[in-house]
Amino acid sequence: MAAPTASIGDNARLRRHYARRAVLGRVGLYVVAVLAALVCAMPFVWSTLTATKLNADLYNPDNNPFLYNQPPTADHVMFLFKNTAFMTFAWNTLWVGLLVVLITLALGIPAAYSIARLNRPWSTPMGIAIFFVYLVPPSLLFLSLSRVVVALGLQDSTWSLVLIYPTITVPVSTWLLIGFLKALPRDIEEQAMVDGYSRLGAMLRTILPLLFPGTVAVVVFAFTLTASEFIYALTFISPTQEKVVSTGVPTELVRGDVFFWQSLQAANIFVAIPIAFVFNLFLARFISGFTMGAVKG
Amino acid sequence: MAEMVSDAPARQTLAGARQRLADRDGFLAWIFLVPTVVYIVVLVAIPFFLAIAFAFSDVTAGNPSYDWVGLENFRRVFADPVFWQSLRNTFVFTVISMLLIVVFGKVLAMVLTADFKGKWIVRFLVLLPWTTPVALSSITWLWLLHSIYSPIDWVLRTVGLIDDNSYFLGRPALAMGSVIAVHVWRLVPLAAVIMMVGILSIPDDLIEASRIDGAGFWRRLFEVTIPLTFPLIAVAALFGAIFTFTDMAVVYILTAGGPTNSTQVLASWSFTRGIAGGDIGQGAVIALFLFPLLLAAAVLILRAVRKVETF
Repeated sequence: MAAPTASIGDNARLRRHYARRAVLGRVGLYVVAVLAALVCAMPFVWSTLTATKLNADLYNPDNNPFLYNQPPTADHVMFLFKNTAFMTFAWNTLWVGLLVVLITLALGIPAAYSIARLNRPWSTPMGIAIFFVYLVPPSLLFLSLSRVVVALGLQDSTWSLVLIYPTITVPVSTWLLIGFLKALPRDIEEQAMVDGYSRLGAMLRTILPLLFPGTVAVVVFAFTLTASEFIYALTFISPTQEKVVSTGVPTELVRGDVFFWQSLQAANIFVAIPIAFVFNLFLARFISGFTMGAVKG
Repeated sequence: MAEMVSDAPARQTLAGARQRLADRDGFLAWIFLVPTVVYIVVLVAIPFFLAIAFAFSDVTAGNPSYDWVGLENFRRVFADPVFWQSLRNTFVFTVISMLLIVVFGKVLAMVLTADFKGKWIVRFLVLLPWTTPVALSSITWLWLLHSIYSPIDWVLRTVGLIDDNSYFLGRPALAMGSVIAVHVWRLVPLAAVIMMVGILSIPDDLIEASRIDGAGFWRRLFEVTIPLTFPLIAVAALFGAIFTFTDMAVVYILTAGGPTNSTQVLASWSFTRGIAGGDIGQGAVIALFLFPLLLAAAVLILRAVRKVETF
C-alpha cells in the first residue's frame, strides 16, 4: 500500500507503472493463450485440411501442405461414410457408451450415496478402496479379462465391452459423485425426513434432482472414457462389424501398407469435435466434482 | 471421520423412531454398496489375482489349461533384452513426460483461469487433445510425422534447416521424442484442468493482499500460488505419470514399438507377447511390473489430496 504521506507525483508514477505492467500482462496472456490453442489444435487443423485434399495434391511432397494447391474435394469424406464401416464403428461406440453410462449410474449413484451420506464405519476406507481400483490400469488386467471374456463366450462381441468398461467408469464416477454429494448440505434430506419421508424417499425426492447437474457431468466423463478406451477393444474383438471407433478406424482404414489418409483424418475430426463440444459444456461442473471428491474428507 | 465419531453416541441415545431410521440407514448403506462391490470384486480383484496366477503358469491362447511352472516365465522374460529395453523406455517416457506435463499444464491452467476475450474457443481447442480418443489422435500424429509428407519436415525444409526429411518415427531417438511429444500433448489439458481446481480454490483476497504488498507476477507465482496449490500440482503430475506409464495406444499406433523395439514399453510389450504372441504367462509377467509403481503413485496421490484440505 502506498504510504499516505507519498506525494501526488509518486502516486502518478506508481499508477503509470502498474498500468504498463497490466498492459504487458494482458499482451502476454493473449500470446500464450493463442499459442496454446495453436499447439493443441494444430493436428486437428492438419486433419481437416488433409481430409479434403485430392490425392494428387496430397501426395506431392513439394506442394505447400498448408494450402489447397488443387481444389478441395469431399470424395474422401464420402468414402469414409459410404465405403467403410465407419458408421458401424460410430454406432457401436455410441450404444456401448450409452449402456456403459447407464450401468455406471445404476452402480455409482447408490454406492456414492452410501459412502458419502450413510456414515458407516467402513465409509472412508471404502472411498479410498474405490480410488485405488480406479488406478488399476487396463494394461494390467487385459490378459486375465480376455480369458474371462472367452470363458463367458463374449469374445469377438461388442457386448464384452459393455460388461468390462464399467470397471473403468464405475470407480472414477463414484469418486466424482461422492464429491458432488458432499457439496450438498445434509439438512436437505434431514428436513425431508422430518417432513415424513423415509431415508430412501428423501434421497429419491430431494437428493437425486439436486445431483442432476453432477450426474450429467459424470455421464459426459464416463462416455469420453469409454470412447477413448483402446486396449480392451483391441484385445477382445476382431470382426469388423463388432469394432468400435477407437480400434476400427486405425485397423480397418489401413489395408496392408496403404493408409486411406484423407478418410482417416476425416474420421478423427468427426469423432473429436462432437465429444470435445459436449465436454466443454460441462467442464466447470467436472472441475468442481474433481475438487470436492478429493477435498472434503 | 471426525463427524462420524461424534455422531454415533448421540444416535444411540435416541429412542424409537430415530433408532429404526438408523437401522434402515445401515441396511440401505449395505444394499446400495453391494452391487458395486460385487462387480468390482468379480471383474477387477479376481482378474488381478488371475493375472498374478497366469505369471506362474504355462497358459497360452491356444492351450488355456493351467499348469504351474514356477518362475519359468520370469526367467524367460528376464533373458530377453527387449524386456529390459521396455522397462527402461517406460521410465524414460514417464519421467520426461511428467516434467513437461507439469510445466505446460501449469502455464495452461493460469491461462484458462484468467479472463480474456475468446476464452470459450481457446478452452475448446485446448481440451481437444484430451477429449479425443487417443487412438484417433495418434493416427493424426502418425500422419503429421509421416516420413515423406510430414508438414513439419516441409516447414523445416522450406526454411532451410534440413535438406532431407527427418524420418521422425524411423530413427530411435526421434521416435522416442515423438512418443513423448504425443503423450505431453494429450495429457497437458488434463493436468491443466486439475491445476485449475487449485488456482480457483485460492481465496481472492490472498492474491489481492500480496498484490497490494507489491508482489509482482513471478513473486506471486512462486511464493503464493505454487506453494498453496502444491498438492494439486502433485496430483496432476501423478495422473500424468500414471497415464503415460500404463498407456499402450500411442506406442502401438505410432511406432508399434519400433524401430527395432527402441520405443517398446511394458504395456505394448506385454500385449505383443501375451495377445499377438499368444504367450499369456509371459505377457502377465511383463504387465505385473506395472503394479508396484502404480501402487506407490496411488499412495502419493492420496497423501497429496489429503493435504488439499489444509487450506
